[in-house]
Amino acid sequence: MDEEGNVDAALMPKDLTDELIVKMYRDMSLARAFDAKALSLQRQGRIVTYAPTLGQEATQIGSCMAMRENDLFVPNFRQHSLYLLKGLPMEKMFISLRGYEDGSKGPKDFKVFPVVVPVGSQVPHAVGLAYAQKYKKSNAVVVSYVGDGGTSEGDFNEGINFAGVWKVPLVMVIENNQWAISIPRKNQTAAVTLAQKAFAAGLKGLQVDGNDVIAVYKAVSDAAKLAATGDPQVIECVTYRLGLHTTSDDPLKYRSAEETEEWKKKDPLVRVRKYLAKKGLWDDSMEQKMADEYRALIDDGVAKAEAFKPDPNSMFENIYSYIPETLKDEEDDAIASNYWQV
Amino acid sequence: MQMNMVASINNALKLCMQENKDVVLLGEDIGRDGGVFRVTDGLLDAFGSDRVVDTPLAESSIIGTSIGMALGGLRPVPEIQFAGFMLLGFAQLLNHAARYRARTRSGMSVPMVVRTPASGGVRTLEHHSDSPEALYSHIGGLVVVEPSNPYDAKGLLIKALHTNDPVIFLEPTKLYRLFKQEVPEDMYEVPIGKANLIQEGNDLSIITYGTMVPVVKNVVQKRNINADILDLRTINPLDEKAVLETARKTGKVLIVHEAELSFGVGAEIAARIAEKAMYDLKAPIIRIGSHSFPYPFPGYENYYVPNELKVSKAIDKLLSS
Repeated sequence: MDEEGNVDAALMPKDLTDELIVKMYRDMSLARAFDAKALSLQRQGRIVTYAPTLGQEATQIGSCMAMRENDLFVPNFRQHSLYLLKGLPMEKMFISLRGYEDGSKGPKDFKVFPVVVPVGSQVPHAVGLAYAQKYKKSNAVVVSYVGDGGTSEGDFNEGINFAGVWKVPLVMVIENNQWAISIPRKNQTAAVTLAQKAFAAGLKGLQVDGNDVIAVYKAVSDAAKLAATGDPQVIECVTYRLGLHTTSDDPLKYRSAEETEEWKKKDPLVRVRKYLAKKGLWDDSMEQKMADEYRALIDDGVAKAEAFKPDPNSMFENIYSYIPETLKDEEDDAIASNYWQV
Repeated sequence: MQMNMVASINNALKLCMQENKDVVLLGEDIGRDGGVFRVTDGLLDAFGSDRVVDTPLAESSIIGTSIGMALGGLRPVPEIQFAGFMLLGFAQLLNHAARYRARTRSGMSVPMVVRTPASGGVRTLEHHSDSPEALYSHIGGLVVVEPSNPYDAKGLLIKALHTNDPVIFLEPTKLYRLFKQEVPEDMYEVPIGKANLIQEGNDLSIITYGTMVPVVKNVVQKRNINADILDLRTINPLDEKAVLETARKTGKVLIVHEAELSFGVGAEIAARIAEKAMYDLKAPIIRIGSHSFPYPFPGYENYYVPNELKVSKAIDKLLSS
């Protein structure tokens, strides 16, 4: 799909109905609405540091929708949309973002693993998880995410190397948003593409327009089918971080406003909306209705999260499968000394 | 049956693999080669290559993939060939194995047992003799276990494999084949978090573990010292109750470990005694450890690792005070 919403019909995935494309647009819009709200809350001091997804919605929603019901997701720290799409209650998102682990406990059999902050360190987890799926014959495929910077990490390269040797059901999505905080893609590696890093591990690597939700969907769907047969895949989604690395960062210190403006023309949402409008599947009133719906959903989640009362005892009770006596002593002492009053 | 520590650990692994098909071993050279110390000998043939997995050479991912396996419902037992190489997996242990339960408020946990040969005394190359227990014990969320004999090794390993926590299982290389002991062939557990009072006495308390247990026992037996000898077995969580009990009883405490002295396990034990049993002491606590720098080349190891003479002199000092 190009920037004007034109699709090459011959390349259109057969299973991608109009209904699903509307869902893609709605999901991408939810990710963006969530992102805007989170950024605003952070600026008001109501949540902690936040890593925006602005501009990367097609990569995340396209890859998520390409997976089946029982497939598993091992993200890094910027894939907030996965949690929303796979059913983590909105309030939990904000409980996490307000700084409480309690938000990271998903529903039973939740398919998305928690946020991993150390860049690239989630890749071996995804590979081990995929090994467990193969061992237990669960049929599930694991999809993991890493950024352009993450591909320089040892764990990424080790992980995909293990995946190749073990022939596990893994799709490794490289979310290349061009910037690892202040380091541009060209200074991250001399490799011409990030996808080609797959070749050294004996895996297939594919590069796709990460701002084209349909292309991402197609690439990841095909990859998941191969991965399920024990043929792990790497897909580089070429996208752009339109916003900040995190709320602690000012991109104008290291990149030009002109560059960002150029990428805004490739906005992944705009092109889908154009496509849908041309087909008569979307209009302004639907847009307004959706925006109202999302605002209510998000505001409700924020209100509930702000009403959440943390339990400091829970810090002690979730370190081991039991409370060792020495830790219990610390807990009792903390309660007795009453210094928890804030 | 008479077994050395290599045999008793092999036996524990075999029993646990028979008991639970989710127990999977992985590591460098553990399959056909049976591990460089032959601890996993015969297990590949008994259980197949899906359960005894020879990995590529990358310690961070041996630990990292084990974390993923554990999250996926398996019970992995990664082997790191030598404790000195485990630092490459340190970030995975600290950042993820120790944190996953807290991060998800017990929604997810990482039940795995990281086995690695540790400590020196067998004239190895550099990095093959390290005693890193204090590094791991500093990380809440990890369990750190170090047996000093074949019986405890088997029982502690079985207990570790029945526990839903990440366990660092340090196997003293020097003790692998140092002696045999009667070890039951059936399944049994030795509790984690419980020290073992291996000898009772009234004149002083010697708190030790791992490679230093036989050293301490030799001195005490040769000199017929009337001492409590407490073998920690589990370093973290520390059996503080047993430590304080013996300290209060004798009032004189000697702590002996092979790891570097400074900021070590001995410091932790001494601090706890000072905080909670100071007024029961009749003499200052003495700590013995290796010198406060990394393990030297093997030619110098006998100048570095505590020996019987060093322990004996410390005992004299305590007894005369």
